[in-house]
Amino acid sequence: MPSPDAGRGSLSSGLRAGVPYAIASGIVGLSFGVLARPVMGVAAAVVMSITVFAGSAQFAALAVLAAGGGALPAIVAGFLLNLRFVPMGIAIAPWLRHRGWLRALRGQALVDASWAMANRGEGRFDVDFLLGATAIQYPAWVLGTIAGVIAGGVIGDPDKLGLDAIFPAFFLGLLFVELRRSGAGTVALLGALIALVLEPFAPPGVPIIAAALAALLGLRSPQGSRPR
Amino acid sequence: MSATVWITVAGLTITTAAIKAFGPLVFGGRQLPPLLARVIPLLAPALLAALVVTETTGGHGRTISVDARVGGLVVAAVALWLRAPLAVVVVAAAAVTALLRLVT
Repeated sequence: MPSPDAGRGSLSSGLRAGVPYAIASGIVGLSFGVLARPVMGVAAAVVMSITVFAGSAQFAALAVLAAGGGALPAIVAGFLLNLRFVPMGIAIAPWLRHRGWLRALRGQALVDASWAMANRGEGRFDVDFLLGATAIQYPAWVLGTIAGVIAGGVIGDPDKLGLDAIFPAFFLGLLFVELRRSGAGTVALLGALIALVLEPFAPPGVPIIAAALAALLGLRSPQGSRPR
Repeated sequence: MSATVWITVAGLTITTAAIKAFGPLVFGGRQLPPLLARVIPLLAPALLAALVVTETTGGHGRTISVDARVGGLVVAAVALWLRAPLAVVVVAAAAVTALLRLVT
């Protein structure tokens, strides 16, 4: 177990390492604010960034709402995207010093970039580093959203500025990172195909949720889905 | 705003907190059941690919529409391939889409 002093050092180096991701969070948060304002309103968009703090889930839920989908498909779309935090949380679990609700509280710091940076290899995680990296991304995400809803009121039609293209570009960026995982390419292709086929027929949100079935390809023979 | 929006915010808040707490609370050093461990990591690529499709070609009712967003997505793919940061990728995609809309 690391000493408390080592923990403090990790926390501040996590903060420093988190700076570029905080800038990115701010910009993506800004686009979330701009796109969310006409669909959700100012208050709900900002509250969502404060209480949810999971970019891909927020964008997914917003995409479903923007397409006219209901609350349930929006929540399910966000929920399914968030499920990746289950294996991430299990991976950091042995390295959390505290017990009970303090452990659960620390789990809230899980975001993709922090988790990836805190990975020390061979299943080891620097949890203080993770907390530090998230501590700087969280205010950036919230402030970016606030700036976005304010800017959204000024610029008017977001489509004119091509802001609707931010959604697919953002998801493609996250997908690129995922594709490093073995078997992910085939799953992504199948998921895209399911969505494309269902899009002209199914209610908004359903094609996205149905595409989750592509992940069942992971159940094939182990040589097709060998862990990294 | 409408109840739908606030229900979505509440639902996503609760489920996200629960999901992030699950691993740290339940699995003190234990492993995910093998079958789940093979499926859950693949949920993200499946859903993200679907979102790329629906967000590029959707939004105009139940139809597949091909518009300036496709150009933005191509530029995003090139930028990602060149290892550009995500913030640059989304700004480039928006700029190209806006430009395409301006000239067509």
